[in-house]
Order: sequence, then structure tokens, then C-alpha cells
Amino acid sequence: MDFISIILVVFVAFLAGMEGILDQFQFHQPIVACTLIGLATGNPTEGLMLGGSLQLIALGWMNIGAAVAPDAALASVASAILVTYHGAGVSEGIALAIPLAIAGQVLTIFIRTLTVGIAHAADRKATEGSFRAVEFYHIGALMIQGLRIAIPAAIILAVSPVVVTDALNAIPEWLTGGLAVAGGMIVAVGYAMVINMMATAKLWLFFALGFALSAIGELNLIAMGIIGVVLALLYLQFAPEFNQGGGGGGNSSNGDPLDDILNDY
Amino acid sequence: MAEENKYKLSKKDRLNVFWRSQFLQASWNFERMQNIGWAYAMIPALKKMYTTKEDRSLALKRHLEFFNTHPYLAAPVLGVTLTLEEQRAGGKEIDNAAIQGVKIGMMGPLAGVGDPIFWGTLRPVLGAFAASLALSGSWLGPIIFFVAWNIIRMAFLWYTQELGYVQGSNITQNLAGGLMQKLTQGASVLGMFILGVLVPRWTNINFPMVISRVENDPSEMVNFQPAVDAANEGGLSVDMLRGLVQEVQSGLAIEPVEVTTLQNTLDELLPGIAPLILTLACVWLLRKKVSPITIIAALFVLGTIGYVLGILG
Repeated sequence: MDFISIILVVFVAFLAGMEGILDQFQFHQPIVACTLIGLATGNPTEGLMLGGSLQLIALGWMNIGAAVAPDAALASVASAILVTYHGAGVSEGIALAIPLAIAGQVLTIFIRTLTVGIAHAADRKATEGSFRAVEFYHIGALMIQGLRIAIPAAIILAVSPVVVTDALNAIPEWLTGGLAVAGGMIVAVGYAMVINMMATAKLWLFFALGFALSAIGELNLIAMGIIGVVLALLYLQFAPEFNQGGGGGGNSSNGDPLDDILNDY
Repeated sequence: MAEENKYKLSKKDRLNVFWRSQFLQASWNFERMQNIGWAYAMIPALKKMYTTKEDRSLALKRHLEFFNTHPYLAAPVLGVTLTLEEQRAGGKEIDNAAIQGVKIGMMGPLAGVGDPIFWGTLRPVLGAFAASLALSGSWLGPIIFFVAWNIIRMAFLWYTQELGYVQGSNITQNLAGGLMQKLTQGASVLGMFILGVLVPRWTNINFPMVISRVENDPSEMVNFQPAVDAANEGGLSVDMLRGLVQEVQSGLAIEPVEVTTLQNTLDELLPGIAPLILTLACVWLLRKKVSPITIIAALFVLGTIGYVLGILG
């Protein structure tokens, strides 16, 4: 592989690492990261397939409050390098992504702790009224998060392909088969995480309806999306909690609905 | 607010704050979380308002306090705080506690609104749609995901920041009370519906274990022999093939032995019942505070054992 490809892969890894903390542009999401790494290594189709599969698994991985989710950035970048550069199979890539996600999670927790020190350094500079120094520490912390993924990516790139192939071939058939089976089931954990966050007694109705309709193969996801939006709009029109009268009823404006959201949540 | 304020922020200043607010979480730390990111976003405004070293020092310290919310819902809080700082710099009596109170007061409820909308509905729905395109080999998958997400996100950041800036602290009621609650509920309805669709479609569980083998009665089977004989002798006719297809369509068995796997039986009961049970079990475990990683590890073990025993495949 030529020099430019290596630089591109490490650059994508760096972007993914930064996004793993920022959560804005979504470069760390498998469907974006794996595709980009596939493009950089010259095997875009494998990258696309791996990205699509991993995206389904990572649907429910989200950072809520101070809790840190499994790390999509390291999982997608490292397994995409293994698949598109070292020639591992897509199903092997999926199986390897899970331990990688946990490793990435540990790394980001470590750096988020390290950053406490940076925050204190920023405090000292703030006393001097130095905007520039505060900005410097802030961006510096972001760079560290980028390196969190870029360095492991470079290491995996540097490993000789023969070593990787041998290691992959050494995995017994029952394990690869079992991992492939498990990979199909793990998607359910992601769905469960999203459901667990949103579900209230009323909303289970819509889940049940979606489940029943999903057996109709002619309705693709776009059609399902239309049905879902229609349901949502109808719900908002007819649900009693949104129909207490628009005249500015005192009890509907402030405290109660807010508490409800928090309780449900 | 009536008199002219020389510290009034221009649109360029506010765009600058908007751009920087995207880096809110860059130095996320376990002590004060988004604190430096918040100060970083405020700096373009603070620069304009405060010129002496003492004032700048005080302003920075004021904005380096604890802050944490959903990274996108920080935008309206930033908008409100910009207005407050503007008035303060212009000589109005607004103390640190007031600014801190607005920040803390808004961040909790807004995080509770942002998580279900963005992480709970928009990203899974968009991600699932894009993944289905990607798995069918279409490049539109990642492109749509990236472009649509970022357009929605940036529009949301900019417009809610402006809304906060124009409306000031009134916005807390508007956002947490009416509009946002509707949006949250509507998004949750859509999200739960789509999840219901996705669970049976994309969770792959197959039970190839054979439950029964039934020998089919020859009279209930398609008789291929005459056609084979005719073909070998060179006398196969269109009518014979047509007859065979008609027999197949009329529901006669094709295989001499009817094999029923556990999967067939489950599908007859209710399509997608196994993924449903698996998902509900996961929800139940999550509610029992079992960590997702533990569940994933358990599924790996379960899958491998099931595969070796021939129950799962």
C-alpha cells in the first residue's frame, strides 16, 4: 500500500477519534468511518458492507449524561482496516468490532479523566484572562481524543498482513461460525437500548403495530417511514395531553409535562 | 433593552459562536464535563464585551463552571446566555448567580428532550435506512446519512441558538413546555414504530434444528418422471412443462420428504417471534441494570454454544 493511502487512513482515524467525543459530524459512525477507510485502502465495497452491518449493531450506542457508551470509533476504524486492508472477512470484522468497542470505551474514559487536569490548567490561565490559552487547552484535548484512534490505527496498519492472516486462519471453524450467529443476534441489544430509553406504556402500542406490519415485505422502509410520520402526527393531534386548550392554561405550561419527560426518561 | 448597546453582537459574532459550539465536547472531562467547551464557544462574544484583563478573567471563570447537556441542546442555552451577557456588559444588573441559574436550569430538561430525539429516534432511523441502502450495495447509504444528519444538526444548532438569543429566558418555557415536548413525543412515536419494523427484519436468528421428517405420499407429489424420460428421449414438449408448473402451483409437494425445522414452526406461529423475544429479553435485562456489554458477551457465548450444538445456524 502506498504512502498516500496510509496517510488517508490515519487521517480518517483521527477524524473518527475527534468525533467520538464531539458527536457532531458523525465521522465515527460505522457507516461513515468504514466507508471512508474502504475508499482509502482501495476496497470501498467491503468497507461499505462492513459499515452497513456495524451501523445496525451500533444503533443504540449513545452517550447519555456522563455515561460512556461502547466506542463506535475504534470499532469501525480498526475492523475496517482489518477487513479492507488485511483481508479479513466481513463477518470476522463484525465479531472483532465488539471487543474493539470495549477497548475504545476504556481509552476514552481514561482520556476523559486525564482531561480533568487540562481543565485545571485552563482555570489557571483563566485567572490571567488569557482567551488564547483556554482555547489552546480545549483544542489540545481534542487532539488527544483524535490520537486515541489514530495511533491504534497506525499500529494495526503496520502489522504485517501475513501475521494478521495467520492469526485469522488460526481461529477454529466452530468459533467463527458461532461468532457469525451471535453477530446476527447482537443487533437486538442495540434496539433494546433505544427502546429502553424511549418506551412508555403508550408507546409500546406503536412498537406492536410496527412489528405486525413488518411481515409485509412489500412495505419498504420508506413506506414504513411515511406510516410512522402519519401515526406521529395523528397522535399529536388526538392525544389528550396536547389538547388541554391553547388558551394558556396555567397548569399545562411549565412544571408537569417537564417532570413527565424526566420521569419517563 | 430599549437603549442602544455598543456591545450588541453582530450576526457574524453569533455565527462564530455557532461554529465553535460544535466543539463543545472536545475537552469533556469527568469533573466539570463540557465546561471548557462552553467557555470556548462564548469567547468570541466575551472578547467583544470585555477588554481589560480583570474583566476577561472574571468572564472566563464565570463560564468555566460545570455544564453538561445534550451537545445540540446547548445551542438555545448559549443563545440565552449571549443575551444575558450582552445586557450585563451594557450595564444592566445581572449577577453571576443569574447567569449560572439560567444555564443549570435549562441544561437538565433540555438534555431530557435531546436524547430521545437525536440519539433515540433520528440517528437510529436514519442509520437503519442508510445501512439498508449500504447492504444492498448502494453508495447513497453513507452519503444520505452524512449529508442529511449534518444539515438537520447544523440547522437545529443555528436556529435554536438564534431563538434563545432573541427570546431570552422566556425560551425555557417554550422549549421545555410546549413545542419540544410535542417534538419529543412525535419523534418517540415514529421511533418506536420503526423499531417494531426493524426488530424482526434485521435480527438474524435461525433455528435449523429439524423437528420432523414426513414422507410425502406419491399421489400428493409432483410427478417429474415422465418429463425426465421424455427429455432423455428427446420428446419433451411445452405442454408437459406447463403441466408440471400447474401441478406445482396447485400445491403438490416437490420434495419426497417434508422437512420441518424449528424455524418453520416458529414462522408459522408468528413471523419474527424469535427476534421479538430476544429484544424484549434484552430490554428486560437492561431494566435490571445489566450492562449492554455483558449482554453482548452473553449473546456471543450463547450463539457459539447454539451453533456447536446445531440449534442455531
